[in-house]
Amino acid sequence: MEEKIVFCKGGGCTAKLGAGILGRVLEKLPRGIEDENLLIGYDSRDDAAVYKITEDTAIVQTLDFFPPMVDDPYIFGKIAAANALSDVYAMGGDVKTALNIVCFPEEMDLNILGEILRGGSEKVTEAGGILAGGHSIADSGVKYGLSVTGVVHPEHIYPNNQGKAGDRLILTKKLGVGIICTANRVGEASREALSAAKESMMQLNKYASQICREYDIHACTDVTGFSFLGHLHEMLDGRLSCKIYADEVPVFEEALAYADEFLLTAAAQRNRNHFGKYVKFEGISFAMEEVLFDPQTSGGLLIAAEESQAEALLKELQAAGLPAGIVGELLEKAETEILVSAGQGADSPCS
Amino acid sequence: MIKVNAIGDACPIPVVKAKNAVKSLQGGGQVEVLVDNEIAVQNLTKMAVQKGYGVKSQKLEERRYQVLLTVEGEEAKKEEAEKEAAQEVQECCPDRRRNIVVAISSSQMGEGSEELGRALMKSFLYALAQQEELPRTILFYNGGAAFTCEGSAALEDLKSMEAEGVEILTCGTCLNHYGLTEKLQVGAVTNMYVIAEKMTGAGVIVKP
Repeated sequence: MEEKIVFCKGGGCTAKLGAGILGRVLEKLPRGIEDENLLIGYDSRDDAAVYKITEDTAIVQTLDFFPPMVDDPYIFGKIAAANALSDVYAMGGDVKTALNIVCFPEEMDLNILGEILRGGSEKVTEAGGILAGGHSIADSGVKYGLSVTGVVHPEHIYPNNQGKAGDRLILTKKLGVGIICTANRVGEASREALSAAKESMMQLNKYASQICREYDIHACTDVTGFSFLGHLHEMLDGRLSCKIYADEVPVFEEALAYADEFLLTAAAQRNRNHFGKYVKFEGISFAMEEVLFDPQTSGGLLIAAEESQAEALLKELQAAGLPAGIVGELLEKAETEILVSAGQGADSPCS
Repeated sequence: MIKVNAIGDACPIPVVKAKNAVKSLQGGGQVEVLVDNEIAVQNLTKMAVQKGYGVKSQKLEERRYQVLLTVEGEEAKKEEAEKEAAQEVQECCPDRRRNIVVAISSSQMGEGSEELGRALMKSFLYALAQQEELPRTILFYNGGAAFTCEGSAALEDLKSMEAEGVEILTCGTCLNHYGLTEKLQVGAVTNMYVIAEKMTGAGVIVKP
Protein backbone atom coordinates (compact mmCIF):
# COMPACT_ATOMS: atom_id res chain seq x y z
CA MET A 1 0.00 0.00 0.00
CA GLU A 2 3.05 2.27 -0.28
CA GLU A 3 1.80 3.62 -3.58
CA LYS A 4 -1.61 4.73 -2.52
CA ILE A 5 -0.76 8.42 -2.78
CA VAL A 6 -0.33 8.30 -6.56
CA PHE A 7 -3.99 7.99 -7.24
CA CYS A 8 -4.98 11.43 -6.01
CA LYS A 9 -4.82 14.06 -8.72
CA GLY A 10 -7.25 16.57 -7.31
CA GLY A 11 -10.80 15.46 -7.75
CA GLY A 12 -14.04 15.51 -5.90
CA CYS A 13 -16.51 18.11 -6.95
CA THR A 14 -13.73 20.36 -8.26
CA ALA A 15 -13.75 17.94 -11.22
CA LYS A 16 -17.32 18.83 -12.12
CA LEU A 17 -18.03 20.44 -15.49
CA GLY A 18 -18.75 24.17 -15.23
CA ALA A 19 -22.38 25.23 -14.87
CA GLY A 20 -22.08 27.43 -17.95
CA ILE A 21 -21.09 24.80 -20.49
CA LEU A 22 -23.33 22.19 -18.90
CA GLY A 23 -26.36 24.48 -19.18
CA ARG A 24 -25.75 25.02 -22.88
CA VAL A 25 -25.75 21.28 -23.55
CA LEU A 26 -28.75 20.46 -21.37
CA GLU A 27 -30.87 23.18 -22.95
CA LYS A 28 -30.69 21.44 -26.30
CA LEU A 29 -31.65 17.97 -25.06
CA PRO A 30 -34.99 16.66 -26.28
CA ARG A 31 -37.18 16.00 -23.21
CA GLY A 32 -39.35 13.19 -24.51
CA ILE A 33 -42.95 12.69 -23.48
CA GLU A 34 -44.36 14.66 -20.56
CA ASP A 35 -45.17 12.40 -17.63
CA GLU A 36 -47.08 13.86 -14.71
CA ASN A 37 -45.60 11.28 -12.37
CA LEU A 38 -42.14 12.76 -12.89
CA LEU A 39 -42.39 15.14 -9.97
CA ILE A 40 -38.85 16.49 -10.26
CA GLY A 41 -36.75 16.24 -13.40
CA TYR A 42 -34.31 18.33 -15.39
CA ASP A 43 -36.16 21.58 -15.32
CA SER A 44 -35.54 22.65 -11.76
CA ARG A 45 -31.90 21.46 -11.77
CA ASP A 46 -32.67 19.72 -8.52
CA ASP A 47 -30.43 17.28 -6.70
CA ALA A 48 -32.18 14.12 -7.82
CA ALA A 49 -35.06 12.93 -9.99
CA VAL A 50 -38.31 12.04 -8.20
CA TYR A 51 -40.93 9.79 -9.79
CA LYS A 52 -44.28 9.01 -8.19
CA ILE A 53 -45.23 5.33 -8.20
CA THR A 54 -48.25 5.37 -5.93
CA GLU A 55 -50.12 8.09 -4.03
CA ASP A 56 -47.83 7.69 -1.02
CA THR A 57 -44.55 6.59 -2.59
CA ALA A 58 -42.16 8.24 -4.99
CA ILE A 59 -38.70 6.99 -5.90
CA VAL A 60 -35.70 9.27 -5.71
CA GLN A 61 -32.89 8.53 -8.20
CA THR A 62 -29.47 10.04 -8.33
CA LEU A 63 -25.91 9.24 -9.29
CA ASP A 64 -22.62 10.88 -8.57
CA PHE A 65 -19.01 9.88 -9.10
CA PHE A 66 -15.68 11.64 -9.29
CA PRO A 67 -11.89 11.27 -9.09
CA PRO A 68 -10.17 11.08 -5.67
CA MET A 69 -9.57 14.29 -3.73
CA VAL A 70 -7.72 12.62 -0.83
CA ASP A 71 -4.80 10.18 -0.73
CA ASP A 72 -6.40 7.42 1.32
CA PRO A 73 -8.58 5.11 -0.83
CA TYR A 74 -10.75 3.97 2.09
CA ILE A 75 -11.56 7.56 3.06
CA PHE A 76 -12.10 8.45 -0.59
CA GLY A 77 -14.65 5.62 -0.82
CA LYS A 78 -16.50 6.97 2.20
CA ILE A 79 -16.51 10.52 0.89
CA ALA A 80 -17.65 9.56 -2.62
CA ALA A 81 -20.48 7.49 -1.15
CA ALA A 82 -21.54 10.19 1.34
CA ASN A 83 -21.57 12.67 -1.53
CA ALA A 84 -23.72 10.43 -3.77
CA LEU A 85 -26.12 9.50 -0.96
CA SER A 86 -26.52 13.16 -0.06
CA ASP A 87 -28.75 13.90 -3.05
CA VAL A 88 -31.42 11.58 -1.64
CA TYR A 89 -31.24 13.39 1.70
CA ALA A 90 -31.46 16.77 -0.01
CA MET A 91 -34.83 15.59 -1.39
CA GLY A 92 -36.01 14.46 2.06
CA GLY A 93 -35.90 10.78 1.13
CA ASP A 94 -34.65 7.51 2.65
CA VAL A 95 -31.92 5.47 0.95
CA LYS A 96 -32.97 2.00 -0.25
CA THR A 97 -30.44 0.62 -2.74
CA ALA A 98 -27.13 1.69 -4.19
CA LEU A 99 -24.97 0.49 -7.11
CA ASN A 100 -21.21 1.07 -7.35
CA ILE A 101 -19.79 2.99 -10.31
CA VAL A 102 -16.06 2.35 -10.75
CA CYS A 103 -13.34 3.43 -13.16
CA PHE A 104 -9.99 1.85 -12.32
CA PRO A 105 -6.65 1.43 -14.15
CA GLU A 106 -5.86 -2.22 -14.88
CA GLU A 107 -2.22 -1.83 -13.86
CA MET A 108 -3.02 -0.42 -10.42
CA ASP A 109 -3.00 -2.49 -7.22
CA LEU A 110 -6.44 -4.04 -6.79
CA ASN A 111 -6.16 -3.70 -3.03
CA ILE A 112 -6.67 0.01 -3.56
CA LEU A 113 -9.97 -0.68 -5.30
CA GLY A 114 -10.88 -2.97 -2.42
CA GLU A 115 -10.30 -0.16 0.06
CA ILE A 116 -12.40 2.31 -1.95
CA LEU A 117 -15.31 -0.13 -2.15
CA ARG A 118 -15.03 -1.01 1.55
CA GLY A 119 -15.35 2.68 2.46
CA GLY A 120 -18.32 3.11 0.12
CA SER A 121 -20.06 0.03 1.38
CA GLU A 122 -19.77 1.15 5.01
CA LYS A 123 -21.45 4.45 4.20
CA VAL A 124 -24.31 2.74 2.33
CA THR A 125 -24.87 0.56 5.37
CA GLU A 126 -24.81 3.58 7.69
CA ALA A 127 -27.36 5.19 5.39
CA GLY A 128 -29.64 2.21 5.95
CA GLY A 129 -29.41 1.09 2.33
CA ILE A 130 -28.28 -2.07 0.54
CA LEU A 131 -25.40 -2.23 -1.90
CA ALA A 132 -27.03 -4.17 -4.71
CA GLY A 133 -24.45 -4.31 -7.50
CA GLY A 134 -22.39 -2.09 -9.73
CA HIS A 135 -20.43 -1.55 -12.90
CA SER A 136 -16.72 -1.15 -13.50
CA ILE A 137 -14.62 0.15 -16.40
CA ALA A 138 -10.88 -0.03 -17.01
CA ASP A 139 -9.82 3.58 -17.33
CA SER A 140 -6.68 5.68 -17.09
CA GLY A 141 -7.73 7.36 -13.83
CA VAL A 142 -9.58 6.29 -10.70
CA LYS A 143 -13.19 7.40 -10.35
CA TYR A 144 -15.79 6.14 -7.91
CA GLY A 145 -19.33 6.88 -6.90
CA LEU A 146 -22.80 5.46 -6.52
CA SER A 147 -26.10 5.31 -8.27
CA VAL A 148 -28.63 5.56 -5.45
CA THR A 149 -32.34 4.86 -5.23
CA GLY A 150 -34.41 6.13 -2.33
CA VAL A 151 -38.04 6.66 -1.49
CA VAL A 152 -39.95 9.69 -0.33
CA HIS A 153 -43.59 10.52 0.31
CA PRO A 154 -44.70 12.62 -2.70
CA GLU A 155 -46.09 15.28 -0.37
CA HIS A 156 -42.97 15.51 1.75
CA ILE A 157 -40.35 16.15 -0.89
CA TYR A 158 -37.85 18.93 -0.18
CA PRO A 159 -37.65 20.71 -3.53
CA ASN A 160 -34.66 22.97 -4.12
CA ASN A 161 -36.64 25.97 -5.31
CA GLN A 162 -39.85 26.42 -3.30
CA GLY A 163 -38.51 28.82 -0.68
CA LYS A 164 -40.64 31.74 0.50
CA ALA A 165 -39.67 35.31 1.30
CA GLY A 166 -38.96 35.51 5.01
CA ASP A 167 -37.55 31.97 5.23
CA ARG A 168 -34.31 31.63 7.14
CA LEU A 169 -31.41 29.91 5.39
CA ILE A 170 -29.55 27.27 7.35
CA LEU A 171 -26.27 25.61 6.29
CA THR A 172 -25.31 22.39 8.04
CA LYS A 173 -21.61 21.94 7.21
CA LYS A 174 -18.60 24.24 7.10
CA LEU A 175 -17.47 25.58 3.73
CA GLY A 176 -13.95 25.40 2.34
CA VAL A 177 -13.18 21.69 1.82
CA GLY A 178 -12.36 22.35 -1.86
CA ILE A 179 -9.68 24.89 -1.02
CA ILE A 180 -8.24 22.67 1.73
CA CYS A 181 -7.93 19.66 -0.62
CA THR A 182 -6.36 21.91 -3.24
CA ALA A 183 -3.86 23.27 -0.72
CA ASN A 184 -3.07 19.70 0.28
CA ARG A 185 -2.30 18.83 -3.33
CA VAL A 186 0.57 21.31 -3.32
CA GLY A 187 1.65 20.33 0.19
CA GLU A 188 0.40 23.50 1.89
CA ALA A 189 -2.48 22.16 4.01
CA SER A 190 -1.95 21.42 7.68
CA ARG A 191 -2.64 17.93 8.93
CA GLU A 192 -5.37 19.26 11.23
CA ALA A 193 -7.15 21.14 8.45
CA LEU A 194 -7.07 18.16 6.13
CA SER A 195 -8.35 15.79 8.77
CA ALA A 196 -11.20 18.14 9.70
CA ALA A 197 -12.14 18.50 6.02
CA LYS A 198 -12.12 14.71 5.58
CA GLU A 199 -14.38 14.23 8.61
CA SER A 200 -16.79 16.80 7.23
CA MET A 201 -16.88 15.18 3.77
CA MET A 202 -17.44 11.70 5.22
CA GLN A 203 -20.37 12.90 7.32
CA LEU A 204 -23.74 11.75 5.94
CA ASN A 205 -26.44 14.38 5.50
CA LYS A 206 -28.86 11.76 6.77
CA TYR A 207 -29.05 13.23 10.27
CA ALA A 208 -29.67 16.79 9.11
CA SER A 209 -32.30 15.59 6.65
CA GLN A 210 -34.13 13.53 9.27
CA ILE A 211 -34.16 16.36 11.81
CA CYS A 212 -35.71 18.61 9.15
CA ARG A 213 -38.74 16.33 8.87
CA GLU A 214 -40.08 17.65 12.16
CA TYR A 215 -40.03 21.21 10.83
CA ASP A 216 -41.54 23.32 8.08
CA ILE A 217 -38.96 23.14 5.30
CA HIS A 218 -39.78 24.93 2.06
CA ALA A 219 -36.62 24.22 0.12
CA CYS A 220 -33.48 22.16 0.55
CA THR A 221 -30.41 21.36 -1.53
CA ASP A 222 -26.95 20.05 -0.86
CA VAL A 223 -23.99 22.32 -1.47
CA THR A 224 -21.60 20.63 -3.89
CA GLY A 225 -19.63 21.52 -7.01
CA PHE A 226 -21.39 24.76 -7.89
CA SER A 227 -20.45 26.22 -4.49
CA PHE A 228 -22.59 27.79 -1.79
CA LEU A 229 -23.47 30.78 -3.99
CA GLY A 230 -24.17 28.65 -7.06
CA HIS A 231 -26.57 26.31 -5.30
CA LEU A 232 -28.12 29.28 -3.51
CA HIS A 233 -28.73 30.93 -6.89
CA GLU A 234 -30.58 27.83 -8.06
CA MET A 235 -32.65 27.85 -4.89
CA LEU A 236 -33.73 31.46 -5.54
CA ASP A 237 -35.21 30.25 -8.83
CA GLY A 238 -35.25 33.70 -10.44
CA ARG A 239 -38.18 34.75 -8.23
CA LEU A 240 -36.52 35.52 -4.91
CA SER A 241 -33.58 37.44 -3.52
CA CYS A 242 -31.70 36.93 -0.31
CA LYS A 243 -29.20 38.39 2.03
CA ILE A 244 -26.36 36.38 3.44
CA TYR A 245 -24.58 37.23 6.69
CA ALA A 246 -20.99 36.22 6.00
CA ASP A 247 -20.12 36.28 9.72
CA GLU A 248 -22.69 33.55 10.36
CA VAL A 249 -21.57 31.22 7.58
CA PRO A 250 -19.75 28.19 9.00
CA VAL A 251 -16.30 28.02 7.36
CA PHE A 252 -13.00 26.27 7.94
CA GLU A 253 -10.65 29.01 9.16
CA GLU A 254 -7.78 27.32 7.33
CA ALA A 255 -9.66 27.59 4.04
CA LEU A 256 -9.67 31.38 4.43
CA ALA A 257 -5.94 31.33 5.13
CA TYR A 258 -5.24 29.17 2.05
CA ALA A 259 -7.41 31.42 -0.12
CA ASP A 260 -5.26 34.33 1.04
CA GLU A 261 -2.29 32.33 -0.23
CA PHE A 262 -4.10 32.07 -3.61
CA LEU A 263 -4.37 28.29 -3.51
CA LEU A 264 -7.33 28.64 -5.82
CA THR A 265 -9.13 26.00 -7.84
CA ALA A 266 -10.15 26.32 -11.45
CA ALA A 267 -13.66 25.22 -10.48
CA ALA A 268 -14.11 28.12 -8.05
CA GLN A 269 -13.17 30.56 -10.79
CA ARG A 270 -15.64 28.87 -13.15
CA ASN A 271 -18.30 29.29 -10.45
CA ARG A 272 -17.36 32.94 -10.07
CA ASN A 273 -17.57 33.45 -13.84
CA HIS A 274 -20.99 31.84 -13.99
CA PHE A 275 -22.68 33.00 -10.79
CA GLY A 276 -20.73 36.16 -9.94
CA LYS A 277 -23.20 38.40 -11.74
CA TYR A 278 -25.97 37.49 -9.30
CA VAL A 279 -23.93 38.40 -6.25
CA LYS A 280 -23.08 41.70 -4.59
CA PHE A 281 -20.44 41.67 -1.87
CA GLU A 282 -20.43 44.41 0.73
CA GLY A 283 -17.24 44.64 2.74
CA ILE A 284 -16.38 40.95 2.29
CA SER A 285 -12.74 39.86 2.26
CA PHE A 286 -11.25 38.31 -0.88
CA ALA A 287 -10.71 35.04 1.01
CA MET A 288 -14.35 34.83 2.09
CA GLU A 289 -15.51 35.51 -1.47
CA GLU A 290 -13.35 32.62 -2.64
CA VAL A 291 -14.74 30.30 0.02
CA LEU A 292 -18.30 31.19 -0.98
CA PHE A 293 -17.44 30.20 -4.59
CA ASP A 294 -15.46 27.13 -3.48
CA PRO A 295 -16.79 23.84 -4.90
CA GLN A 296 -17.72 21.53 -2.03
CA THR A 297 -17.34 17.78 -2.14
CA SER A 298 -20.03 16.20 0.00
CA GLY A 299 -21.06 19.58 1.36
CA GLY A 300 -23.84 20.26 3.82
CA LEU A 301 -27.54 20.86 3.31
CA LEU A 302 -28.74 24.37 2.57
CA ILE A 303 -32.23 24.66 4.01
CA ALA A 304 -34.91 27.33 3.63
CA ALA A 305 -36.95 27.00 6.83
CA GLU A 306 -40.09 28.78 8.00
CA GLU A 307 -38.93 31.86 9.91
CA SER A 308 -40.68 31.02 13.18
CA GLN A 309 -39.13 27.55 13.31
CA ALA A 310 -35.61 28.33 12.19
CA GLU A 311 -34.13 28.89 15.67
CA ALA A 312 -35.54 25.64 17.03
CA LEU A 313 -34.35 23.72 13.99
CA LEU A 314 -30.89 25.25 14.31
CA LYS A 315 -30.67 24.25 17.98
CA GLU A 316 -31.60 20.68 17.19
CA LEU A 317 -29.06 20.47 14.35
CA GLN A 318 -26.36 21.85 16.63
CA ALA A 319 -27.35 19.45 19.38
CA ALA A 320 -26.76 16.61 16.90
CA GLY A 321 -23.16 17.85 16.59
CA LEU A 322 -23.51 19.64 13.27
CA PRO A 323 -21.66 22.98 12.80
CA ALA A 324 -24.86 24.53 11.46
CA GLY A 325 -25.64 28.24 11.27
CA ILE A 326 -28.46 30.53 10.17
CA VAL A 327 -26.63 32.16 7.30
CA GLY A 328 -29.23 34.47 5.81
CA GLU A 329 -32.82 34.99 4.79
CA LEU A 330 -34.94 34.90 1.68
CA LEU A 331 -36.49 38.13 0.43
CA GLU A 332 -38.95 39.21 -2.22
CA LYS A 333 -37.19 39.65 -5.55
CA ALA A 334 -35.03 42.76 -5.54
CA GLU A 335 -32.50 44.28 -7.89
CA THR A 336 -29.63 42.44 -6.22
CA GLU A 337 -30.28 38.72 -6.14
CA ILE A 338 -27.72 37.75 -3.52
CA LEU A 339 -26.39 40.41 -1.19
CA VAL A 340 -23.53 39.21 0.98
CA SER A 341 -22.74 41.50 3.89
CA ALA A 342 -20.77 40.93 7.05
CA GLY A 343 -23.60 40.57 9.56
CA GLN A 344 -27.27 41.02 10.34
CA GLY A 345 -26.91 44.73 10.98
CA ALA A 346 -26.68 45.44 7.25
CA ASP A 347 -29.52 47.04 5.33
CA SER A 348 -31.85 44.97 3.24
CA PRO A 349 -31.27 45.15 -0.54
CA CYS A 350 -35.00 45.87 -0.93
CA SER A 351 -34.86 49.17 0.85
CA MET B 1 12.41 38.89 -16.15
CA ILE B 2 11.68 35.45 -14.78
CA LYS B 3 9.87 33.03 -17.09
CA VAL B 4 7.55 30.40 -15.67
CA ASN B 5 6.21 27.58 -17.81
CA ALA B 6 2.93 26.34 -16.35
CA ILE B 7 1.63 24.73 -19.54
CA GLY B 8 -0.10 21.51 -18.58
CA ASP B 9 -0.38 22.46 -14.90
CA ALA B 10 -3.77 22.38 -13.19
CA CYS B 11 -4.79 25.13 -10.78
CA PRO B 12 -3.46 26.05 -8.27
CA ILE B 13 0.01 25.07 -9.58
CA PRO B 14 0.40 28.03 -12.01
CA VAL B 15 -0.34 30.44 -9.15
CA VAL B 16 2.02 28.62 -6.81
CA LYS B 17 4.80 28.71 -9.43
CA ALA B 18 4.16 32.40 -10.10
CA LYS B 19 4.26 33.19 -6.37
CA ASN B 20 7.62 31.45 -6.04
CA ALA B 21 8.97 33.36 -9.04
CA VAL B 22 7.82 36.68 -7.57
CA LYS B 23 9.55 35.76 -4.33
CA SER B 24 12.81 35.07 -6.14
CA LEU B 25 12.70 38.50 -7.80
CA GLN B 26 13.72 39.91 -4.40
CA GLY B 27 12.20 43.31 -5.04
CA GLY B 28 10.87 44.64 -8.31
CA GLY B 29 10.78 43.02 -11.73
CA GLN B 30 8.69 41.08 -14.16
CA VAL B 31 7.42 37.50 -14.18
CA GLU B 32 6.08 35.93 -17.33
CA VAL B 33 3.79 32.94 -16.80
CA LEU B 34 2.68 30.68 -19.65
CA VAL B 35 -0.51 28.70 -19.07
CA ASP B 36 -2.81 26.66 -21.28
CA ASN B 37 -6.25 27.78 -20.14
CA GLU B 38 -8.16 30.95 -19.52
CA ILE B 39 -9.26 30.02 -15.99
CA ALA B 40 -5.60 29.91 -14.95
CA VAL B 41 -5.18 33.38 -16.49
CA GLN B 42 -8.12 34.59 -14.38
CA ASN B 43 -6.74 33.04 -11.19
CA LEU B 44 -3.31 34.62 -11.83
CA THR B 45 -5.01 37.95 -12.48
CA LYS B 46 -6.97 37.68 -9.21
CA MET B 47 -3.75 37.11 -7.33
CA ALA B 48 -2.03 40.05 -9.08
CA VAL B 49 -4.91 42.40 -8.30
CA GLN B 50 -4.97 41.36 -4.64
CA LYS B 51 -1.20 41.74 -4.39
CA GLY B 52 -1.13 45.06 -6.27
CA TYR B 53 1.06 43.77 -9.09
CA GLY B 54 0.68 45.09 -12.63
CA VAL B 55 -0.87 42.40 -14.79
CA LYS B 56 -1.27 41.99 -18.55
CA SER B 57 -2.37 38.88 -20.35
CA GLN B 58 -2.80 37.76 -23.90
CA LYS B 59 -3.69 34.67 -25.83
CA LEU B 60 -0.68 33.64 -27.90
CA GLU B 61 -2.38 30.75 -29.66
CA GLU B 62 -4.83 27.93 -28.90
CA ARG B 63 -4.13 26.60 -25.40
CA ARG B 64 -1.27 29.03 -24.86
CA TYR B 65 -1.69 32.19 -22.82
CA GLN B 66 0.89 34.65 -21.51
CA VAL B 67 0.42 36.47 -18.22
CA LEU B 68 2.89 39.23 -17.44
CA LEU B 69 3.18 40.26 -13.81
CA THR B 70 5.00 43.48 -12.99
CA VAL B 71 6.16 43.69 -9.40
CA GLU B 72 7.40 46.99 -8.12
CA GLY B 73 10.08 47.24 -5.49
CA GLU B 74 9.15 48.99 -2.24
CA GLU B 75 10.67 52.33 -3.28
CA ALA B 76 9.09 52.32 -6.72
CA LYS B 77 5.76 51.55 -5.09
CA LYS B 78 6.02 54.59 -2.84
CA GLU B 79 6.89 56.86 -5.77
CA GLU B 80 4.02 55.45 -7.76
CA ALA B 81 1.59 56.18 -4.95
CA GLU B 82 2.81 59.77 -4.74
CA LYS B 83 2.59 60.18 -8.49
CA GLU B 84 -0.94 58.80 -8.49
CA ALA B 85 -1.98 61.18 -5.75
CA ALA B 86 -0.58 64.11 -7.73
CA GLN B 87 -2.26 62.92 -10.93
CA GLU B 88 -5.65 62.57 -9.34
CA VAL B 89 -5.92 66.34 -9.11
CA GLN B 90 -4.86 66.96 -12.70
CA GLU B 91 -6.78 64.24 -14.41
CA CYS B 92 -10.26 65.66 -14.21
CA CYS B 93 -10.52 65.51 -17.98
CA PRO B 94 -9.61 62.15 -19.48
CA ASP B 95 -6.57 62.03 -21.72
CA ARG B 96 -8.04 61.40 -25.13
CA ARG B 97 -4.87 61.02 -27.12
CA ARG B 98 -4.69 57.69 -28.87
CA ASN B 99 -0.94 57.42 -28.47
CA ILE B 100 -0.18 58.92 -31.85
CA VAL B 101 3.53 58.92 -32.73
CA VAL B 102 4.69 61.18 -35.56
CA ALA B 103 7.95 60.17 -37.28
CA ILE B 104 9.78 62.94 -39.19
CA SER B 105 12.49 61.14 -41.17
CA SER B 106 13.29 63.73 -43.82
CA SER B 107 13.57 67.45 -44.38
CA GLN B 108 10.94 67.12 -47.11
CA MET B 109 7.39 65.89 -47.35
CA GLY B 110 6.70 63.63 -50.28
CA GLU B 111 8.83 63.10 -53.36
CA GLY B 112 9.36 65.53 -56.22
CA SER B 113 10.53 69.10 -56.00
CA GLU B 114 12.99 69.60 -53.15
CA GLU B 115 11.86 73.17 -52.60
CA LEU B 116 8.21 72.19 -52.47
CA GLY B 117 9.04 69.24 -50.17
CA ARG B 118 10.66 71.55 -47.58
CA ALA B 119 7.73 73.96 -47.67
CA LEU B 120 5.23 71.10 -47.29
CA MET B 121 7.00 69.68 -44.26
CA LYS B 122 7.10 73.07 -42.53
CA SER B 123 3.44 73.50 -43.35
CA PHE B 124 2.67 69.99 -41.99
CA LEU B 125 4.34 70.73 -38.64
CA TYR B 126 2.36 73.98 -38.41
CA ALA B 127 -0.91 72.17 -39.18
CA LEU B 128 -0.02 69.38 -36.73
CA ALA B 129 0.28 71.94 -33.92
CA GLN B 130 -3.26 73.15 -34.72
CA GLN B 131 -4.88 69.69 -34.47
CA GLU B 132 -7.45 69.10 -31.74
CA GLU B 133 -5.81 65.80 -30.89
CA LEU B 134 -2.08 66.23 -30.50
CA PRO B 135 0.40 63.38 -30.88
CA ARG B 136 1.96 61.89 -27.77
CA THR B 137 5.44 61.86 -29.29
CA ILE B 138 7.21 63.32 -32.34
CA LEU B 139 10.39 61.55 -33.42
CA PHE B 140 12.99 63.33 -35.57
CA TYR B 141 15.69 61.35 -37.31
CA ASN B 142 18.05 61.45 -40.30
CA GLY B 143 17.07 64.43 -42.51
CA GLY B 144 14.31 65.28 -40.05
CA ALA B 145 16.78 66.03 -37.25
CA ALA B 146 17.37 69.61 -38.44
CA PHE B 147 13.78 70.63 -37.59
CA THR B 148 14.51 70.69 -33.85
CA CYS B 149 17.71 72.69 -34.26
CA GLU B 150 18.81 76.29 -34.56
CA GLY B 151 17.66 77.87 -37.81
CA SER B 152 14.59 75.64 -38.21
CA ALA B 153 11.46 77.38 -39.49
CA ALA B 154 9.29 75.01 -37.40
CA LEU B 155 10.76 75.85 -33.96
CA GLU B 156 7.79 77.93 -32.83
CA ASP B 157 5.28 75.20 -33.69
CA LEU B 158 7.37 72.52 -32.01
CA LYS B 159 7.84 74.61 -28.86
CA SER B 160 4.13 75.27 -28.62
CA MET B 161 3.39 71.52 -28.92
CA GLU B 162 6.05 70.72 -26.32
CA ALA B 163 4.39 73.23 -23.99
CA GLU B 164 1.13 71.26 -24.43
CA GLY B 165 2.78 68.05 -23.31
CA VAL B 166 3.93 66.55 -26.62
CA GLU B 167 7.17 64.64 -26.24
CA ILE B 168 9.74 65.78 -28.80
CA LEU B 169 12.69 63.47 -29.38
CA THR B 170 15.58 63.76 -31.81
CA CYS B 171 17.95 60.97 -32.73
CA GLY B 172 21.35 61.63 -31.13
CA THR B 173 23.32 59.72 -33.75
CA CYS B 174 21.69 61.85 -36.45
CA LEU B 175 22.47 65.14 -34.67
CA ASN B 176 26.05 64.00 -34.38
CA HIS B 177 26.23 62.97 -38.03
CA TYR B 178 25.03 66.34 -39.26
CA GLY B 179 27.09 68.27 -36.68
CA LEU B 180 23.96 69.60 -34.95
CA THR B 181 24.55 68.22 -31.45
CA GLU B 182 25.17 71.66 -29.93
CA LYS B 183 22.33 73.27 -31.85
CA LEU B 184 19.28 71.40 -30.51
CA GLN B 185 16.62 73.96 -29.56
CA VAL B 186 13.58 71.95 -28.59
CA GLY B 187 12.89 68.58 -26.94
CA ALA B 188 15.39 65.95 -25.89
CA VAL B 189 18.00 63.72 -27.49
CA THR B 190 17.12 60.05 -27.81
CA ASN B 191 18.56 56.75 -29.04
CA MET B 192 17.43 53.98 -31.35
CA TYR B 193 16.19 51.82 -28.49
CA VAL B 194 13.70 54.50 -27.46
CA ILE B 195 12.74 55.23 -31.06
CA ALA B 196 11.96 51.54 -31.64
CA GLU B 197 10.05 51.37 -28.33
CA LYS B 198 7.96 54.45 -29.15
CA MET B 199 7.11 53.18 -32.61
CA THR B 200 6.21 49.63 -31.55
CA GLY B 201 4.15 50.95 -28.64
CA ALA B 202 2.27 53.48 -30.77
CA GLY B 203 -1.46 53.29 -31.41
CA VAL B 204 -1.02 55.21 -34.68
CA ILE B 205 2.20 56.17 -36.48
CA VAL B 206 1.99 59.25 -38.71
CA LYS B 207 4.80 59.55 -41.23
CA PRO B 208 4.40 62.52 -43.57
